[in-house]
Amino acid sequence: MKVLAAMSGGVDSAVAAARAVDAGHDVTGVHLALSRSRGTLRTGSRGCCTIEDAMDARRTADMIGIPFYVWDFSDRFAEAVVDDFVAEYTAGRTPNPCLRCNERIKFAALLDKALALGFDAVCTGHYAVVTTDAEGRRELHRASDEAKDQSYVLGVLTAEQLAHAMFPLGATPSKAIVRAEAERRGFRVAAKPDSHDICFIPDGDTRGWLADRLGSAPGPVVDTTGVEVGRHEGAAAYTVGQRRGLSLSRPAPDGRPRFVLEVKPASNTVVVGPREALAIGELRGSRWSWTGERPPTEFRCAVQVRAHADPVPALARVSADAVVVRPDEPIMGLAPGQSAVLYAGTRVLGQVTVDRTVSVPALA
Amino acid sequence: MAVYLDHAAGTPMRPAAAAALAEAAARAGNPSSVHRHGQAARAVLEEARERLAAALDCDPLEVVLTSGGTESVNLAITGAYRAARGRTDLVVPGGEHAATVEAVDALVASEGARLVPLPVDADARLDPAVLAAALADARGSAALVTALWANNEVGTINPVRELGDVAAEAGVPLHLDAVAAFGAIPVSFRTSGAALLSVSAHKVGGPVGIGALVVGRGAAVAPLLHGGGQERGLRSGTPPTALAVAFAVAAEEAVATLAEEARREARLRDRALAGMTAALPGAIVRGADPGRPGARLPNNLHVTVPGADGEDLLLLLDAAGVSVSTGSACLAGVARISPVLLAMGVPVEEARGALRITFGHSSAEADVDALLAALPRLAAAVRS
Repeated sequence: MKVLAAMSGGVDSAVAAARAVDAGHDVTGVHLALSRSRGTLRTGSRGCCTIEDAMDARRTADMIGIPFYVWDFSDRFAEAVVDDFVAEYTAGRTPNPCLRCNERIKFAALLDKALALGFDAVCTGHYAVVTTDAEGRRELHRASDEAKDQSYVLGVLTAEQLAHAMFPLGATPSKAIVRAEAERRGFRVAAKPDSHDICFIPDGDTRGWLADRLGSAPGPVVDTTGVEVGRHEGAAAYTVGQRRGLSLSRPAPDGRPRFVLEVKPASNTVVVGPREALAIGELRGSRWSWTGERPPTEFRCAVQVRAHADPVPALARVSADAVVVRPDEPIMGLAPGQSAVLYAGTRVLGQVTVDRTVSVPALA
Repeated sequence: MAVYLDHAAGTPMRPAAAAALAEAAARAGNPSSVHRHGQAARAVLEEARERLAAALDCDPLEVVLTSGGTESVNLAITGAYRAARGRTDLVVPGGEHAATVEAVDALVASEGARLVPLPVDADARLDPAVLAAALADARGSAALVTALWANNEVGTINPVRELGDVAAEAGVPLHLDAVAAFGAIPVSFRTSGAALLSVSAHKVGGPVGIGALVVGRGAAVAPLLHGGGQERGLRSGTPPTALAVAFAVAAEEAVATLAEEARREARLRDRALAGMTAALPGAIVRGADPGRPGARLPNNLHVTVPGADGEDLLLLLDAAGVSVSTGSACLAGVARISPVLLAMGVPVEEARGALRITFGHSSAEADVDALLAALPRLAAAVRS
């Protein structure tokens, strides 16, 4: 197969590309320049597309012996991921930009370009497994290394996208093995730290970054009865489930910690309350996708709402205009905008972007 | 079989130049030393300078050796600006090389220079009348006019003699960036009317790492590098004797074979051009008409392909073993929309589909065959 390997300059995508070559594929490496104002040097373990990272990717491609190009996707990334991130927060939701990037950049814009140029597949260093059954149907599964499993952020892939995806690291028992392999292959990036956080917020300060873009809009922090218990600098920078950084002037009557329960952008209000009020008994959304065939109208599954959250057994119902998921046990702190990825065992069935949640008390 | 059709980016060293480089590099001696070894090195260096001067039609004394085209251009612009005392205007046409654009920007940002931008025509040519009008407006505040002898991207040759006359009339020194022109078309410093002229060795089949700035006797230039005062005090640092010898050999050979080589490369170019316009519907030749004598570098072909991305075309040709360029400079591998095409008035969408194909002394018919054989795949990709 003709394979386009997305190479970030990190150790995972380097080993993934090398394994694709070992598997006999005709591989071309490509580094995506995603930032409009790229830094020259990498700082710590944050960020992902400095010129130093592009150089690292290029040197790895040289060692593997594959052609290598840098493609500028910065405009598309800004529009589809960064602007979306800001717009979602502005609307009081909590987006997952990595998921968005996979959905709209890596397995959309990049894959489209790859297919147009005659490639058959896009290869990445994601930790997830793709299996193919006797009839050629593909399934997306969790990685063997549960600690590194990235199937959650790939939950947005459709069957069509999955048909052209290649994840050579998915069956590796642990990340340590990948690092050792990079070392053995002589990659300079073998010991490069993993990237964390959101790549376009290099210092990791999401609230500060959002505040720079959204400006300051002071407003009230209220309790569930509507009584003002503090002030905030802009509701959009808050996330449901958040506890820190609330600086409330009035302590709760019972002295227990309070959490953000709801962000109301229309009235610029942040609602706080006790932890148990975060318990969600039902979620629903109108934007969903399936990694394979459309499931039945009602099915048992496990729902996962964050990259590293535990999956919770649940009942899902699919109607014409919504997917509704009822977890068997309450899910703590779930915000609109998050993706709920549905699993059957290790298999990823699909995902629904949460529009609305119903708390356990409200359900009862 | 790998086919190289990006000679404008750097042409392979001529065998005679490579041999001269190896021979001279093995010898001891700093040309500035007083002893016999130093004297021998000085003799080799000065002989190389004389041969270079002959190739450039200037005095040996006027040849200041630099590390390459970028340094020559920086020394010319920054050096002339700093020596101009009180004259602040830098007169610069659109579509210049990045070395010029960035050197001027730096002087504007931190040394009080004023940029006087001049429009170029749809082929990237600077009209002497446009320069004359700008210099009339400048009224004694112009420090320097700088212009490309020939455009490195689209191959258009500027009317340098007329530009030299206009600059001389106004009493403003002219710098010509002849990096793309030297070795491809006749370049005479003496008759150009320029005060300063930049060239680079690796564009004529010499080594990378050496170039020259021709500094006319009347030109005022302040040095950028300070030290031992070599090269008339304009470029301190131990002169690279072996590189200079190889540069001289390559320049001499390029100039001696120029007329015949220009005809040969133009034939290759025209065959490639015919094939490309036939295979890629709507492909537009950018820059001066290749059919007009003296209007365009004989080794340069530049087209834009509607609806295509030059980067994609480059990748497909690369996969077929044919190395070409999109023409515009890269920043860490990221191709930018060509400022040259934008200066020519080409819409952004069309400028995206740019492809530059350039020939050199080692180009052969088989290279064009390989290019033409790869075109159907390009055409298919453009359609999809």
